[in-house]
Order: sequence, then structure tokens, then C-alpha cells
Amino acid sequence: MAGRDERRDTTGSRGSRLLGCAALVGLAALGVLAFVLTGPDVRIHPTTGEEFGQLDAVRMLYLHVPMAVLMYVSYLLCAVASVGVLVKRTPWWDVMAHSAAEVGTVLCGLVLVTGSIWGRPVWNTWWEWGDVRLMTTLVLFLLFAGYLALRRTTADPRRQARRAAVVALVAVLDIPLVNRSVAWWENRTLHQQSTLEELKIEDLTLFTLMFGFLAFGLVVCWLILQRFRVGWLEQAAIDHGIEAAIAERRGETSPAELDAAVGGRDGPAGEASP
Amino acid sequence: MAELRRFLGDAWLVAARDLRIEARSRVVVDQVVPFALLVLVLFGLALDADHRTLRTFAPGLFWVAVLLSALLAVHRSASVDQSDGTLDALRMSGLPPSSLFLGKAAAVFVQLVLLEAVLVGGLLVLYGVEVVDPVLLVVAGLLAGVAVAAAGTLYGALASGLGVRETLLPILLLPVLAPVLIGATRAFDDALGAAAVDGWAWTGLLAVAALVVTVVGALAHGVLIED
Repeated sequence: MAGRDERRDTTGSRGSRLLGCAALVGLAALGVLAFVLTGPDVRIHPTTGEEFGQLDAVRMLYLHVPMAVLMYVSYLLCAVASVGVLVKRTPWWDVMAHSAAEVGTVLCGLVLVTGSIWGRPVWNTWWEWGDVRLMTTLVLFLLFAGYLALRRTTADPRRQARRAAVVALVAVLDIPLVNRSVAWWENRTLHQQSTLEELKIEDLTLFTLMFGFLAFGLVVCWLILQRFRVGWLEQAAIDHGIEAAIAERRGETSPAELDAAVGGRDGPAGEASP
Repeated sequence: MAELRRFLGDAWLVAARDLRIEARSRVVVDQVVPFALLVLVLFGLALDADHRTLRTFAPGLFWVAVLLSALLAVHRSASVDQSDGTLDALRMSGLPPSSLFLGKAAAVFVQLVLLEAVLVGGLLVLYGVEVVDPVLLVVAGLLAGVAVAAAGTLYGALASGLGVRETLLPILLLPVLAPVLIGATRAFDDALGAAAVDGWAWTGLLAVAALVVTVVGALAHGVLIED
């Protein structure tokens, strides 16, 4: 049980620890940029001379926008992995789909919460029922909440993988609606059109936003990697349990024989853990 | 052409079987339809409202009642295949999974149309609504029925065989049906004169939703029942 086996039983590796540290440093730097170095959004009305704008609430967007984009990325990764489940039928794709969906759902929840906190001072409401993007995002969250609920059922893993893949592929049909809703239903949304496409925003603001993508990108990579490894160990534990039970039924009662029969604690057959 | 005829013939076999089971067991007629009417009555009691308020909200309440009742109908449709190894027999029968899906969805659709007809009667009597555009009402009701039946059959198959089907089915199915709920409610807003919206535009959206769900369901059903 020394050295090699201990390493295999953890979800950390030198690379993932470095990635985790980089993600933490990135988040701290983003905090400094968003809350200290950049200024509030204050504009002067050309005729009346009054101050207006989002003021300090704009700082929330440095978190909200990158999280929303990475939510799309996570869910699209889940969709790709779900296609992989249906085509390749291997546990690797299944664990990847599950990991990406779980991280995507955490991000989706945070996007809804940060958006709501931002909306209170700017739109003067926590929640706007008439906003198409809010509605489609909430539906996306609920769709994947159902996906994760299906994941928690105790079905045969292969059946569950295929069912979950179908649910994920139906759920991601909502993503184009969320993303394009501000363009398709201009009159039915309080969300602004993308300002990034026209680069209307100032230098440091733009830099902070871009840095937000980088910092949250690192966090999401780290989370998906860790979740994948946990999922992989779960699968290995299930396989180990089944093989041990079979060996036991065969009357191989000696612990040494049992270990030899199940071949230690390797991952699911035919796949290599990253 | 012969293949299409055989495909539809297979679907018809399944639909006729499901409808025959329903005609003999009368679960939808005896339990689901009264449940839907009960939901309408509960809305009336909970809102403690006059006719004018109820008329304004009637389209939304109607479709919520339909969706809740559809859950029971879908549940019933999926559960008839669970007993006596029926699902295994269907798999062994050589019927294409897509025609099996279409047949089951068609049977649920017929039951939903019956349910909607009774509920419209409920709206007329209990909520005092007036039908302004009967053609729109029927077309929107039928298209939304197709979407609900197709999505319900897909997710019914998806949740079948799991111990937690009763609780899992609603949280899987209802978010998928949210766009149908919105489109059908807006179309009924127009058809019942409850709000000034373009009901036909929303009916177009319902048609797209019905088509997408039916195609996705027919394609995915093979994946779901082969295991």
C-alpha cells in the first residue's frame, strides 16, 4: 500500500495542484482588479449633467459574465461527452459528461444568483419575469437539475449513462435560446446586447473582464479535472465491489487470493485514468 | 411507400394496444380527467376570485392543469409496459423503436385531447370564459398535445424501470415542457380573448416544438429501450 497505491487513491497530482494554485491566485487577482483597481461605472448625462450608470454594481459583471460563458462551455463539453457515451459507450465519456454537467450546473446557479444581486440595484428588481434570458437560463438550470437527479438514481451504470446522455442532449438545445435571446427578442429582455463585439468598453474594464475569463477558466478546468477523478474512483470502487463479490461467491476466501482475483484497485477495465 | 405504410402500421398496432388497455382499465377516464377538473376547482378556490380574474388567468391555469394531468397519463402509459415482461416482449417483437415510440405517443395524444376537451368544458362552465377564436383554440390545443405526448413518452421511457420513477418524471419532464406551456398559454390568451397577443405566431412556435420533440423522441427511443 505504499507510494504508488497511495498516489492512485488521491484525486490530486502535481499538475492539478499547480492548476489549483494558479486558479486561486487568478481568483485573488481578479478580486483586486474588479473591486479595487477598476472604477465604478459613472457616466454624465450630456444635457442635464447628472451622474448615472451602474455605479459599483458593474463590478458584479466581472464575475457574472465569465461564469455565464464558462457555463456554456461546461454544458457543451457535457453534450460532446454525451455524444461520446452514445457512440463509444465507454465509462470515460460518461464520467466526463457527469463532471462537466455538475460543474456547469454550479456555474448556472451562480450566474442566476450573481445576476439577481446585480439586477437589484440596476434593474430595481431581484427577478424579472418578462426577461427571456432569465427564463431560458432558469429552465436550463432546472433541466440540468433533472439530469443530476437522474444521475443519483441507482440504476445499472451503463443504462444510466445512456439515459443521462439523452437528457443532456435534449437539455443543451436550450443553450442557443439562452445565448441568442437578447438578439432574437430585443423587446422582451432587460439584458443588454453584447458590448464585447463592438469593443465599446474601456481598457482596464476590458482587461479585467478578459482576466475574469482566464481566472474562471482555470477554476473550471480544475473543478472538472477533480470531479472527473472522483467519478473515476467511484466507478473503480463499484467495479472492485462487484468483482470482490463474485470472487467471494466462488469461495476464494483468502484475502491474498481475493486481491489477486480482482487485480488491485485499477480503474474500470479498458480505460486509462488521466 | 410500402416501408412507410408498414412503419405507420406498426405504430398503429402499438397505439391501438395502449388505447385498448385504456378502454378496458379506464384509468385516464376514471382518474386522470377527474384529477384535472379537481385542479381547476382548486385554482378557483385558492384564488378566491371572481369570473373576471379567472377569465384573465384561465389560459395559464388550463395548461398547468393539463401538464399536471399529463404527468399521470404518461406515468400510466410507461407503467403498462413494466408488468409481465411486456417491455422484453416488445423488444423481441422486432418492431422498430421509432414506430413503438410513435404508437405510444399517439395513444397518449388521444388521451390528452380527450382531457383538453373536458377541461375546456370546465373553463366554459366554471370560469365563465368565452371562445373568441375556436380554430386557433383547436389548432393550438392539438399541437401542444402532440408536443406534450411526444416529450412525455420519451421521458416516460427514460424514467421507466427506475425505483424513483414517480418523483423523477416530473422534474425531468416539466422543464422540457416549459416552452410548450408558454406558447400554448399565449395562443389560448388570444383564442379566449384574455390578452391581446398574436396567438397564431405562438402556435407556429408550438408546431416547431412538436416537430422537434417528436423527431428527437423517435431517434432517441431506440437508445432507451435497447438496454
